[in-house]
Amino acid sequence: MSDASKPATPQRRSLLQSLEVDTRLLGMIGAFLLVCIVFNLLTDGRFLTPRNLFNLTIQTVSVAIMATGMIFVIVTRHIDLSVGALLATCTAVMAMTQTSWLPNMLGLELGHPMIPWISIAIGLVTGAVIGAGQGWLIGYQGIPAFIVTLGGLLIWRNVGWYLTDGATIGPLDKTYILFGGINGTLGATLSWIVGGVALVAALYALFSARRTKISHGFSVKPVWAEALVMGVVGTAIMGFVAILNAYTVPSRVIARNPSLYGCETAEGCVASYGIPYSVLLLIAVAIVMTVIARRTRLGRYIFATGGNPDAAELSGINTRLLTVKIFAMVGVLCALAGVVASARLGYHTNDIGVLDELRVIAAAVIGGTALAGGVGTIYGAIIGALIMQSLQSGMAMVGVDAPYQNIVVGAVLVLAVWIDIQYRKRTGAK
Amino acid sequence: MSAPLVQMKNVSIAFGGVRAVDNVSIDLHAGEVVGLLGHNGAGKSTLIKMLSGAYKMDSGEIWIEGNKATINSPRDSRDYNIETIYQTLALADNLDAASNLFLGRELTTPMGFVDDSRMEAETRKIMARLNPNFKKLKEPVSALSGGQRQSVAIARAVYFNAKILIMDEPTAALGVHETAMVAELIGELKKQGLGIFLISHDTREMMELCDRVSVMKNGQMVGTERVEDVTEDDILSMIILGKNPKEAA
Repeated sequence: MSDASKPATPQRRSLLQSLEVDTRLLGMIGAFLLVCIVFNLLTDGRFLTPRNLFNLTIQTVSVAIMATGMIFVIVTRHIDLSVGALLATCTAVMAMTQTSWLPNMLGLELGHPMIPWISIAIGLVTGAVIGAGQGWLIGYQGIPAFIVTLGGLLIWRNVGWYLTDGATIGPLDKTYILFGGINGTLGATLSWIVGGVALVAALYALFSARRTKISHGFSVKPVWAEALVMGVVGTAIMGFVAILNAYTVPSRVIARNPSLYGCETAEGCVASYGIPYSVLLLIAVAIVMTVIARRTRLGRYIFATGGNPDAAELSGINTRLLTVKIFAMVGVLCALAGVVASARLGYHTNDIGVLDELRVIAAAVIGGTALAGGVGTIYGAIIGALIMQSLQSGMAMVGVDAPYQNIVVGAVLVLAVWIDIQYRKRTGAK
Repeated sequence: MSAPLVQMKNVSIAFGGVRAVDNVSIDLHAGEVVGLLGHNGAGKSTLIKMLSGAYKMDSGEIWIEGNKATINSPRDSRDYNIETIYQTLALADNLDAASNLFLGRELTTPMGFVDDSRMEAETRKIMARLNPNFKKLKEPVSALSGGQRQSVAIARAVYFNAKILIMDEPTAALGVHETAMVAELIGELKKQGLGIFLISHDTREMMELCDRVSVMKNGQMVGTERVEDVTEDDILSMIILGKNPKEAA
């Protein structure tokens, strides 16, 4: 209150205040780096190799895509236990569409170029319709989300089973499986181009945010701080591309078909995998979801409803329709995650996505989403998913038995929430 | 004389078997403050929530500036320039002042995205007028004091040029100093020609702030009097006995 009378001389501020960075984000990145370093020591340097980091990213994608949607659900004080089962139903529909329904009913031959796209479109619609249906039961009929989606967990898991008669469906379409990870990557040159475009876009975003602030006469951070943030962001983007590009295609794979990698013969041919399509998909989802959360009325209403449902309603927000929209979004994201998960396997299997609901919720919670509602970030969910996956694959590399792996993951989940509660108490944040 | 700003005619609403508001009529003129008094459960808030669109009345009519109005939702109410400041302070605690001020009516960029910078700039302007001490623009409103939160709620009404303002216990959560600030603001808004419905338990405060007071009991209107025509004791007996002593005499 009293600082109105103070002269406008720049106050001595701490480094973090000058940088205006989110301390929670730093904490999560720190936790992730800690996990990486510990496992790297335990595995004699096998954890922090381009190959393992590449695998880590493609293993994280499916859960991370769903976790970005779970944020909106938890922010509005709901929960969705059905995501893993919904994923299974969507992949069953997509697998049956491309291997059986389209070829048998419409007469499209296997391998027809339209097959993967029609399948994915049908999968996305399936996810949206089922999600919207669950959202309608929750929003308009007042059934608690816990119950609706617990029912959904049993229903959609077994609808998926019913659609496929319990059989494993595959092999899936050649184009479709490009979304799985290692089968579909950009290669070195395109990866650098994508990285460069991302770099320019990120720097432009930071620059234009600063310009807007100045135009409204708001205070901006010092130029050196802005430059430092730009430098860190730029290094992170290009570093990420460099790591993925550093993972080269093994020579025995090149030997099978050298022309795929732009070589006449396998002799002396070096090719990088680069950025997988599935990771590009995750990045696209993350950007879209962040824009929705921060820059649209929909996102504003989601957070307002989470903070105070009554206030949102009295402000003229249709919170029931909002619930339908949120669950429909999650349905779409489950279908997208299903594309990645089934493409990675190359098949639809009955147990695809089993226990994913718990991984997704854990990722959201580790990423700082408050179950009380109103608080959560998209990047937090993605880092949360990455931390979970690093723990799991790290322990597998070290040779920890499966039961112990789950014990550790469970303990980390509880610990993460405890740390978050302590952090909120310290900072006085709600 | 021009038509009243608001006329609620023979309004009723029942919840289950309980007639929460039973055949009540009330009116409000421009530049006037009308106080609503009564015990808890007398039906004051329920009556006012039918005007603000939170409840839908079972029977009766609402007339705004001489025209019959249809109010089925909070949004309809806003379209008639009715703003409500709720007892429970209808603010989303996790959002900052600007987001709350514009909640449901966000300013957008030409692309259709919410324009946070412009909303923040507008919030700074209006706050400089209403509460010059208000500085915590970036923080969630949960970090604000009761008075600061109240000024966000009032700013919402002022910014959108309300003609009719409903204040449900605006000073219930406030300290002495902040209460005085709200009282001053009510005087100011009245001068600008707003009509204000004020709900409170504090009879003395109501005698000071209002032009007329209406007393309700058990969902029914006991009576409406000009404050200069009655004493505080008259009002208290209306609240407690449910009878208008002047009519009885």
